[in-house]
Amino acid sequence: MDTSQHNNSRRNFLKKTTALATLAIAGQVIAKAGEKDEQIAALFEKMPLQLEVNGKPYQLSVEPRTSLLDFLRETLKLTGTKKGCDHGQCGACTVHVDGRRINACLSLAIMNNGKKITTIEGIAKGNQLHPMQEAFIKHDGFQCGYCTPGQIMSAIACVKEGNAGSPEQIRECMSGNICRCGAYPNIVDAIMDVKKGGQVI
Amino acid sequence: MINFEYIKPNSIKAAVKAHTKEKSASFIAGGTNLVDLMKKGVESPTRLIDINGLPLKQISSDNEGIRIGALSLNSDLAEHETVKEKYPLLSMALLAGASPQLRNMATVGGNILQRTRCLYFYDATLPCNKRNPGSGCAAIGGYNRMHAIFGTSNQCIAVHPSDMCVALSALDASVTLNGAKTNRTLTLQQFLRLPGDEPELDNQLQKGELITEVSVPSNDFNKYHYVKIRDRASYAFALVSVAVAMQTNGKTIQKIQLAMGGVAHQPWRLTAVEKMLAGKQMNRENFEIAATLAMEGARGFGQNNFKIKMGKAAVLEALLKAAGI
Repeated sequence: MDTSQHNNSRRNFLKKTTALATLAIAGQVIAKAGEKDEQIAALFEKMPLQLEVNGKPYQLSVEPRTSLLDFLRETLKLTGTKKGCDHGQCGACTVHVDGRRINACLSLAIMNNGKKITTIEGIAKGNQLHPMQEAFIKHDGFQCGYCTPGQIMSAIACVKEGNAGSPEQIRECMSGNICRCGAYPNIVDAIMDVKKGGQVI
Repeated sequence: MINFEYIKPNSIKAAVKAHTKEKSASFIAGGTNLVDLMKKGVESPTRLIDINGLPLKQISSDNEGIRIGALSLNSDLAEHETVKEKYPLLSMALLAGASPQLRNMATVGGNILQRTRCLYFYDATLPCNKRNPGSGCAAIGGYNRMHAIFGTSNQCIAVHPSDMCVALSALDASVTLNGAKTNRTLTLQQFLRLPGDEPELDNQLQKGELITEVSVPSNDFNKYHYVKIRDRASYAFALVSVAVAMQTNGKTIQKIQLAMGGVAHQPWRLTAVEKMLAGKQMNRENFEIAATLAMEGARGFGQNNFKIKMGKAAVLEALLKAAGI
């Protein structure tokens, strides 16, 4: 694909037309036209987005190129979901969409219109931690903690999917979450503990 | 990532039209590969057509086979009762690919259309005939440990990264394409092409065409196996993989179909091996002869020479495991 040939015609079109209009109305402000046009173009390039995050409805607008991860972190300020690799290789950005775990970095926010998102911020009930959070603390399932929100979101899904029957099964179904501190044995213990506890999660 | 126009049509016709009318348009389904490529600047569509509103999620089966809507998720297909029961090879291959999170996003159509993970293709600052035709192939003579040993050209030695497609190839799957004027069906083996002199083309898809369905004919296979060898125990692309499906009567192989992954620009069907093993007994001796035959014509490029030895071992293992030996 030839990136130099990319066609940002809408933005150019808006720039040209608003510049002409500005010229016709008030020639003296033309110096500022470029800046304004960028703002106008940006406004036009946003699209309405309606979704629910952790039980709370939102009605906002986003640029189509915004990833779900950036939308959660930068727009909603829900920074619990972490940006690790930003390329779907580490799992730090794992969230649940309509009850299923995905990598938020590879999903465009606009494609989640009408969906229900759950992030790490949404799993505790008030001051009561989620059983998986409790288990990670109990089993020391982290060191630096950066991958932990993704690990916990994946771990909850792993149990719900019925794939937490054995340490081998857990290792396979948690393979999309990388921990560079190497807390893996303790993460597996935490998940086994929750599974054995049999709580509804 | 450059910004783009986003539209979400609710009919196949509207989706195809929207693609045909814009020079640089892309369909998007799961986005697991395309969004990544857009971040890297390898792909930069000016219009993104979200096809998730199209009615292409059904999976249905009858005596003739199974028909899989192009928007079926990899995770749903792997766990589908009919697939697990009648096409277990497909389920095995799907579960060997990617991670659970990615399988929850990736669709069947997208899996087929995913692009090579050749490092030079992914790095927009380096030569690559697939990304920038005529710029040269940096993998030939470069870092080519992951690259092809079959069907290469002097322009490209990239591999198709899918696991699912290896099983689909072994099972004689077909792909249905919906275009602006006509619809057509190709076998997966015809659809995914070798690089030749046009490595920029991964497949036979024409402008505006959309994969709507993948179908697998019914079969009488009773033994299966999928072997995948990779750099770690899970969540890595195949160095070499082998899908085998066998129909046996006692110890006799009545029919056998095999394909390899990680070795070519398309799933690599082992037709010579299939012919050689038909009517033969399932035993180690025959399987060893078959494994040697499988690697005939293989050519390494330095760092990937090991794949020739590994490929032979993987074919042998797949046959032995499928046979229960």
